[in-house]
Amino acid sequence: MSSNSNGGRDRGDKGDILLEMRNVEIDGFSDERWHDIIRGVDLTLRRGEVMGLIGESGAGKSTLGLAAMGFARPGCRIKGGSINFNGMDLRGANESELRKLWGSRIAYVAQSAAASFNPAHKLIDQTIEATIGHNITGESAAKADAVELFGALQLPDPDNIGSRYPHQVSGGQLQRVMTAMAMSPRPDLIIFDEPTTALDVTTQVEVLVAMREIVERFNTAAIYITHDLAVVAQMADVIKVLRYGEEVEEAETRAMLEEPKEDYTKSLWSVRALQKPEDKGDDIALSIRHVDAAYGRSLKVLHDVSIDIPRGRTVAVVGESGSGKSTTARVITGLLPPMTGEVQFNGEALPAALKDRTKDQLRRIQMIYQMADTAMNPKQTVGEIISRPLEFYHDMRGAQKEKRLTELLEMIELDASFMDRLPSELSGGQKQRICIARALAAEPDIIICDEVTSALDQIVQEGILKLLLRLQKEFGITYLFITHDIAVVTAISDEIVVMFQGEVVEQGLKSEILEPPFPDYTKLLLSSVPEMDPDWLTDLVANRS
Amino acid sequence: MHPILSTVLQRLGLGILTLFLVSIIIFSSIALLPGDFGEQVLGQSALPETVDAFRRELGLDKPAWLRYLDWIGAILQGDLGTSFSGRASSGNDSSRTVWELISPRLSNTLFLAGVTAIIAVPLSLFLGITAALKRNSIYDRAVNAVTLTTISFPEFFIAYMLIVLLAGGVIPGVALPTLANITESMPLGERLFKITLPVITMTLVIVAYMMRMTRAAIINLLASPYIEMAQLKGASKTRVILKHALPNAWAPIATVIAFNLAYLVVGVVVVEVVFVYPGVGQLMVDSVSSRDIPVAQACALFFAATYIILNLLADLIGIITNPRLLHPR
Repeated sequence: MSSNSNGGRDRGDKGDILLEMRNVEIDGFSDERWHDIIRGVDLTLRRGEVMGLIGESGAGKSTLGLAAMGFARPGCRIKGGSINFNGMDLRGANESELRKLWGSRIAYVAQSAAASFNPAHKLIDQTIEATIGHNITGESAAKADAVELFGALQLPDPDNIGSRYPHQVSGGQLQRVMTAMAMSPRPDLIIFDEPTTALDVTTQVEVLVAMREIVERFNTAAIYITHDLAVVAQMADVIKVLRYGEEVEEAETRAMLEEPKEDYTKSLWSVRALQKPEDKGDDIALSIRHVDAAYGRSLKVLHDVSIDIPRGRTVAVVGESGSGKSTTARVITGLLPPMTGEVQFNGEALPAALKDRTKDQLRRIQMIYQMADTAMNPKQTVGEIISRPLEFYHDMRGAQKEKRLTELLEMIELDASFMDRLPSELSGGQKQRICIARALAAEPDIIICDEVTSALDQIVQEGILKLLLRLQKEFGITYLFITHDIAVVTAISDEIVVMFQGEVVEQGLKSEILEPPFPDYTKLLLSSVPEMDPDWLTDLVANRS
Repeated sequence: MHPILSTVLQRLGLGILTLFLVSIIIFSSIALLPGDFGEQVLGQSALPETVDAFRRELGLDKPAWLRYLDWIGAILQGDLGTSFSGRASSGNDSSRTVWELISPRLSNTLFLAGVTAIIAVPLSLFLGITAALKRNSIYDRAVNAVTLTTISFPEFFIAYMLIVLLAGGVIPGVALPTLANITESMPLGERLFKITLPVITMTLVIVAYMMRMTRAAIINLLASPYIEMAQLKGASKTRVILKHALPNAWAPIATVIAFNLAYLVVGVVVVEVVFVYPGVGQLMVDSVSSRDIPVAQACALFFAATYIILNLLADLIGIITNPRLLHPR
């Protein structure tokens, strides 16, 4: 479809250079000094072209994306290089010149739609704010156009959805409204900053399709920032890989996927290659029997959930957010006593509430959380954090405790020098390792891992998963692994439990669950996981319709 | 029922309950005061019989719980009681109802508080918003430093400083009245002129809190992703603050405004004394020292009600400016 209704603006031909960044250097201020964030990156974007920017967190993707607008976040400064947008020097431009550009010629789509919409205003007013603020069209024309965009983005009830407030629609819908907001002034360039990272896979697919179609329809150029290679493969014409603020390589999408040149690029999807052979276990360590659970009196979240966890194996619980995965974990640990049903451990029923369990029962079930940051006392050193279960469960003191601490650190592949460090001095992966060591210190039978790798970059994820697998092999630990990431599931699990709206849809060996025939929901879930094939999304849409 | 309505009714119920509990506290603490009206009026040399007769007339011989029930029952029927002073036993009966005593003072207090609020609230909002807009600028620092200085001094000190500066002829040609002894018969203009100094004093005392909270509430929101989004849509700084930050900042701002307005009504007795202003604060101090229990209790109850009502209002503002509560899913 050709570009239309662009307000008669001269849009230039497809293929003309729209954005040219040369040797851009950006500094960020933290810990009382300036650090390099971007160290001399070049970027050339043509009209109508979509460039994917990928890399792990801290690679400088968002910073570079925002710099393409001439914007630096508070605490950052663009130090060197040139940024030329459509013949205009953005580094030399003053604030009011830039503001004329923002929201009219360049638009931004942020990661967290829920946080990026002002809670105090209706969606329609926020959608057209920039369009009427820049006098691109009048209010009524902008509203009519927004309704059309809502329709094009497959939002339900496009005529009326705009009169709702942000908290009244779902995350996936908000993300599409934000795309409509970016598209409303018909910009030349849209910066998509991890727009689907916060969404469930099933929702992600819908949003990706909607975004891709609308960008194609209006021939808008885009920079698509993500850490997910499979996602960027669906969206981008060209992919640029960033690491430590430098370009690793850039190539056309197909070439990049088929033949990545750099080792780093190859390693980015190594986690997807990690695969554990499944192993059926018959000795049931923990068994959840017909559990119903609710928060408060009204909000019932688990309906007749029964799960068997074999000893020394990994059971992965998958499902989208709100499916009851974490609630199941809370029931097992006793944090949320169930309304009906029970949890059996080694054939015996566990007391429902945490306070009724014996110290030994508590010791045998340990938990590791998604946010290692908030799961550790920031004022305690690593040694103190790991000592706590040693003292509490095993009554260890003095030299014996010190010896055990060193052993535990060795197990998680960190040396004894970490003992005196504070959590704030550790990287994300190291923090998660400390949490693992703390769980191990109790010498548990079962460890419940609640999204433990979700907040980590792919390479770090791989390290943590390998560590967990090794520990399982050495100590025969049983894992209940809660995740929404199918790649992690294939990497670590023996059995899979699929949950949807508080019910268990399916439970079985990995091979059974991941092979057809699928129940409807499992099929939807599995087919929504992006693959590294650039045609995957196109094929999926064709298949589903 | 709309959730807002039920929340409001709930808060209202809580407010009434609080007022009831406070009435018990007021009653008991005044009952704990040493001595009573009889001794106070008749003096130490009075015959015990005379004091007893006097007590009987005032009902002070009844047990405390009965006196409380009498008092609260009368209040529920709109009767604040009669002042102890000027009763028949002390000569001829010239006693007045509490309402007669308190109502002119009440209107004076509300007049002073109202005039101060009309000046101080918009001034603080303006200073707070502009300071947030130009944060870390010289303007911001100056506003912060000045307001911090004015709250750091006790209010009587500020009051006397103002008297020296603005009424003592230090600045030639400026001689504001140091006595704010207004009467009901004065025309509005004269009354306003008389209360200039107390109004300035109280404004200086309360602007700092409100201004700093406004500034902090807005700056706190400026780190939100939706503020960055608004910037990246090309909204001007003023628009970002007024349209995107302020609507989400009302709850904390309303709370601190309510607190300070309550102070204007309740806590100004020092200012009233300095400027000889006939307000409720003075009346209460006088009634406590003369053990005129009905008046003291009525004043205390009025102060408590002021606090509760203003805080209730702040809560309501917090609720209706929160779209999550106003427009549930």
